[in-house]
Amino acid sequence: MATTAVAELRRALRRAERRKNLGGLVLALPLTAFLVVFFLLPILGMLAKAVDNHELATAMPRSAEVLRSWRGLGPPPEPVVAIVASELREAHVRRQSALVAQRLNREQAGWRNLILSTARRLPESPQGSWLETLVALDPQWGEPAIWAGLRRAAQPWTDIFLLAAVDLQRDDHDAIVRVPPDQAIYLDILVRTFWISGLVTLFCLILGYPLAYLLASLPERWANPLLILVLLPFWTSLLVRTAAWIVLLQREGVVNDFLLRAGLLAEPVALVFNRTGVLVAMTHVLLPFMVLPLYSVMRGIPLSLTRAALSLGATPFSAFRKVYLPLSMPGVAAGCLLVFILALGYYITPALVGGAADQMISYFVAFFTLQTANWGMAAALATLLLLATLLLYWLYARLVGIERLRLG
Amino acid sequence: MTSTRTLAAAAVALVLAAGTAAARDLTITSWGGAYQAAQRQLYFEPFQKETGIKLVEDTWDGGIGVLRTKAQGTPVWDLVQVETDELEMGCEEGILEPLDWAALGGKDKFLPAAVHECGVGAIVWATILAYDGGKFPTGGPRSWADFFDTQKFPGKRGLRKGPRQALEFATMAQGVPPAKVYEALRAPGGVDKAFAKLDSIKKDLIFWEAGAQPPQLLASGEVVMTSAYNGRITAANRQDKRNFKIAWDAGFVYQIDSWVILKNSPKKAEAFKFVQYVTRPENQAKLPALIPYGPTHVDGGKLVPAEFAVEIPSSPQNLPHGLFFDASFWVENLEKLNERFNAWAAQR
Repeated sequence: MATTAVAELRRALRRAERRKNLGGLVLALPLTAFLVVFFLLPILGMLAKAVDNHELATAMPRSAEVLRSWRGLGPPPEPVVAIVASELREAHVRRQSALVAQRLNREQAGWRNLILSTARRLPESPQGSWLETLVALDPQWGEPAIWAGLRRAAQPWTDIFLLAAVDLQRDDHDAIVRVPPDQAIYLDILVRTFWISGLVTLFCLILGYPLAYLLASLPERWANPLLILVLLPFWTSLLVRTAAWIVLLQREGVVNDFLLRAGLLAEPVALVFNRTGVLVAMTHVLLPFMVLPLYSVMRGIPLSLTRAALSLGATPFSAFRKVYLPLSMPGVAAGCLLVFILALGYYITPALVGGAADQMISYFVAFFTLQTANWGMAAALATLLLLATLLLYWLYARLVGIERLRLG
Repeated sequence: MTSTRTLAAAAVALVLAAGTAAARDLTITSWGGAYQAAQRQLYFEPFQKETGIKLVEDTWDGGIGVLRTKAQGTPVWDLVQVETDELEMGCEEGILEPLDWAALGGKDKFLPAAVHECGVGAIVWATILAYDGGKFPTGGPRSWADFFDTQKFPGKRGLRKGPRQALEFATMAQGVPPAKVYEALRAPGGVDKAFAKLDSIKKDLIFWEAGAQPPQLLASGEVVMTSAYNGRITAANRQDKRNFKIAWDAGFVYQIDSWVILKNSPKKAEAFKFVQYVTRPENQAKLPALIPYGPTHVDGGKLVPAEFAVEIPSSPQNLPHGLFFDASFWVENLEKLNERFNAWAAQR
């Protein structure tokens, strides 16, 4: 009798719990839908763009089919060449040869011209064999490279963009090899992106920790107005703040002017359009993201704990190190992760105050999207950044423990 | 549940609807800064008054990839002012509308280099060597060799980001006369030599992208000399009372920018009306008074007042030092050299 009543109660409790959960789910539905439509789907779309290879199959479908089944090195057998040549001519007439040319140019810069000029001059019927006709138009058609490139462009998916994003490429045998050193830049840039983000995080921590400590130890009527000062930069556009740094740091800018007048410098120093400018401006822009989590965690640390340590004979330093610092660590961890991940994706600040050798990976994503319309490469670099960030987050969760993060 | 879904769907629909403006105005894209300000005063505003066609402006810094992106589907730009290589490549790729030359008054009315199936010349302009006269009391740089000589003229230099013009200047700096520059660049190893020359002052280079930047870089003292579009330098002298100098005799690269209409533009007719308006000789001749870029209409050249004519690249005293931009060299090599330049610039 009693056991059935307990079971009944349990069931009722579970039902109520489920209803509550369902209610929560319904409330979260608009946000979930928003995230799926505007966050998850675009990311999946981006991943798909990184391996997209539709151009040749669209403009020259029969060629794509025969090239896929062709193996070997060098110009393929005459029937394959004949299909490629006649379809290239047709594509030119339909004004689709530019699509093929752009795709092939991703394989090797310069092939755009090869395709377009060949397509323009191809005769209706061959003089001798089709291969001889092509070679007469441009000797590159007699070499293995362009045919291997066409075969790669004929596949349903491509990995050239993902490989290029880590400075690799495929050779004429389709084996993966390193790109020549004068073209290998993306691994360097990835390392540079992490290095700059790490430095900015460190500077934010060094500047933000004492500030947050000060704010947390002040009485609230002083802390609140000061906190508003910390938030003040958010009221100005990022672009304006960055432009302001150019005015401050430039050769005849306020900082150099002051140092010269104070006699601390004999010659103005270069503070902007180089790494210094990037670090200064990014640290400034990201500082609030460090201060806020630190402040909210420190606010929750009772001052009595440090006082107790002092009264038990600890020196102020060891009281700080053994009591206060460990208690503030969740804030440090959250602030560092926040600043670091935001810094990884920074684009506009380094683009404006950095030099050509200070650009981070987002600059190249923007470059490929806007300047050269090479979306495959842009997507591949973005994917690389996403994967590197996820890996880092996982490492961080393992080392620091995500449950120790506290944003407030 | 259902009502939530309807609500979500409605919200999505609303956001999507806001993104696609139904009917837009004629959109003209030019190069910003002092140049576009002059165009606004002389062409954009009077054109709207005369025809009642409303237009909006946009700004760009060139690049064939940008054109390709903008031309996809229904283009968001209608008229664009492009450089010669973009004109050649864009026309070949079928992203530009062919022009009705009869309605523009016939091909023989324009400079031969201003005539193209898909574009009509807008201006003759030049990339020149500029410096701040105040910074060099004993005389400024007189050649591109001086630009690359950081011993004789210490300080940073500005250069347009990308290989165009940079390779020409680096070749001139090796003592090659303007007329022989493309011959040298086409010769085996010519491009390597130009890159090696650029590399020799890499740590002193600051790259600019927008035409409005060089006068700012000079004014703020960030660079002591820079490559620049000639009109921007003269405009800064006139409007901001600067003492910038142009070293015309150091050699310069001059080219013709063209008006093009993007394929499938929904405002094609209006766009062409603007092209007709802006290429009238009397309208072209007004520009040098505000910014010294030369007319492409043969009669326009004759109408430019003499006091302004001396400052345009095609004036008799300037032209002998000029090198006409070889579009065929750049169409052939641009993408390869862009890639090389970017890799070179991104490495320390």
